[in-house]
Amino acid sequence: MADDKNKVSASQVANEKNQQERDKLYNKYVKQVTPKHSWFANMCKAFVSGGIICAIGQGFINLYSSYGAEKELAGAYTTMSLVLLAIIFTGFNWYQKIAKFAGAGSVVPITGFANSVAAPAIEFKKEGQVFGIGCKIFTIAGPVILYGIFSSWLLGVVYYIFTLFQK
Amino acid sequence: MTQTSAKQSKMVGKQSLQFSNPPAIIGCASIAGKKEGEGPLGAFFNVVEEDPMFGQKTWEEAESKMLGMAVDVAIHNAGLKKSDIRYLVGGDLLGQLIATSFGIENFEIPLLGVYGACSTMGESIVVASMIIDGGFADKTLAITSSHFAGAEKQFRFPLAYGSQRPKAATWTVTGSGAVILGQEPEKDSEFAKQFSPVMIKVKGVTIGKIVDFGLKDSLNMGACMAPAACETIAQNLKDFKIQPDYYDRIITGDLGVVGKDILIDLLKQKGYDISSNHMDCGIEIFDSEAQDTHAGGSGCGCSAITLTGYILQKLRKQDWNRVLFVPTGALLSTVSYNEGQSVPGIAHAVMLESC
Repeated sequence: MADDKNKVSASQVANEKNQQERDKLYNKYVKQVTPKHSWFANMCKAFVSGGIICAIGQGFINLYSSYGAEKELAGAYTTMSLVLLAIIFTGFNWYQKIAKFAGAGSVVPITGFANSVAAPAIEFKKEGQVFGIGCKIFTIAGPVILYGIFSSWLLGVVYYIFTLFQK
Repeated sequence: MTQTSAKQSKMVGKQSLQFSNPPAIIGCASIAGKKEGEGPLGAFFNVVEEDPMFGQKTWEEAESKMLGMAVDVAIHNAGLKKSDIRYLVGGDLLGQLIATSFGIENFEIPLLGVYGACSTMGESIVVASMIIDGGFADKTLAITSSHFAGAEKQFRFPLAYGSQRPKAATWTVTGSGAVILGQEPEKDSEFAKQFSPVMIKVKGVTIGKIVDFGLKDSLNMGACMAPAACETIAQNLKDFKIQPDYYDRIITGDLGVVGKDILIDLLKQKGYDISSNHMDCGIEIFDSEAQDTHAGGSGCGCSAITLTGYILQKLRKQDWNRVLFVPTGALLSTVSYNEGQSVPGIAHAVMLESC
């Protein structure tokens, strides 16, 4: 360990008298000794499982289109179907098992959003309809909604300014 | 011996106490959840409850029920009535210690609530032992509990939320452990029948201080608590002027695999090698591969039921005669975490000896 300059050993941590420096060294040291999920394997799993979820979505689009729905309507039905499926999976405690494998692959699609709303609703139901479900349903999804709307607004402003210069 | 010197003689070194009249363990109970029951120590627990709700409506009620069961089983095990217990010293992980206060409501035993996060079993034994040795009570009960679902809900995410747990994360143990301390076991009690003629006594304790090495990752609690365990163990050895091999086992609460390595590494820097006799309850309680618990078990219940189920049996059989029991706690809250504070650790050491 000692021959590598970037590595921190326990003796360096123990011998450091300055508390801030010691804390910094300890953080580095812990980072070294803590096992991590493989970044690459996780990415592959997320790619595949996210892809499968999207393929299921495409299947819904094709299905609804075959019943004669137009592209936009079929898309809306597909969103609803995926959300419904994700909530049912959450209720049966299956979604968390998929997420354990899929990682970002199950978080990024709309199904992940549905899960993040349904899970607190189930958990906090016991604290009542108002202070339980009502107050806590968006504990996880809240930031996504807030900053989603805020960034749309910001982009809207940018777009508006942009159009002023086009005339 | 004058009054003053008698008092002083209990103080050892900087942070330790050696009891002049060491309290004996005269009853114990371990209540475990299903997953803990399926683990390597499953056969050692008094009760393994299959229902995670313990027949109640909420996780919090379930934990209270479990803690109440532990009090009940321990009192029965000691061959006592609830009115025989002079004081109850206990605590848990839930905000304002609601598992404890609701759980013991019906027992009508005077309560001292303590909070040491996952080190609570150590803290409650320390206080309960001091009360006995000081002559302030003849029988005290030390207890703690934790519940996986209640802890997840309070500290992390709702159960059904899909997320990946890091490899250093630990799994909160569903369990409640209780010990009753006194002078000697009641004759004909279950405990006496099982343990006689062996007596297990609390010889001394070392009370830990808060140790914070500035780590902010609440999902790597082993690393947050390892420096605290290191300080307390080193202080115990220093105060009593002994070496690690004095103990057959030095048993930490819930450092897990990451924290264990760090602890051994840090203690070596202080000149103590505990690699041959160190054990961690969090590592023992689950089969991390088969039960998918990552770094190990954690929570107040982890060290508590490992002590009352497994460690006491080892002491009874005299496989081990001297054990240093060091539950470890991470003193964070969701508020301190969100406000960017680090995770301070604490550890209390209890010297258990069989004779």
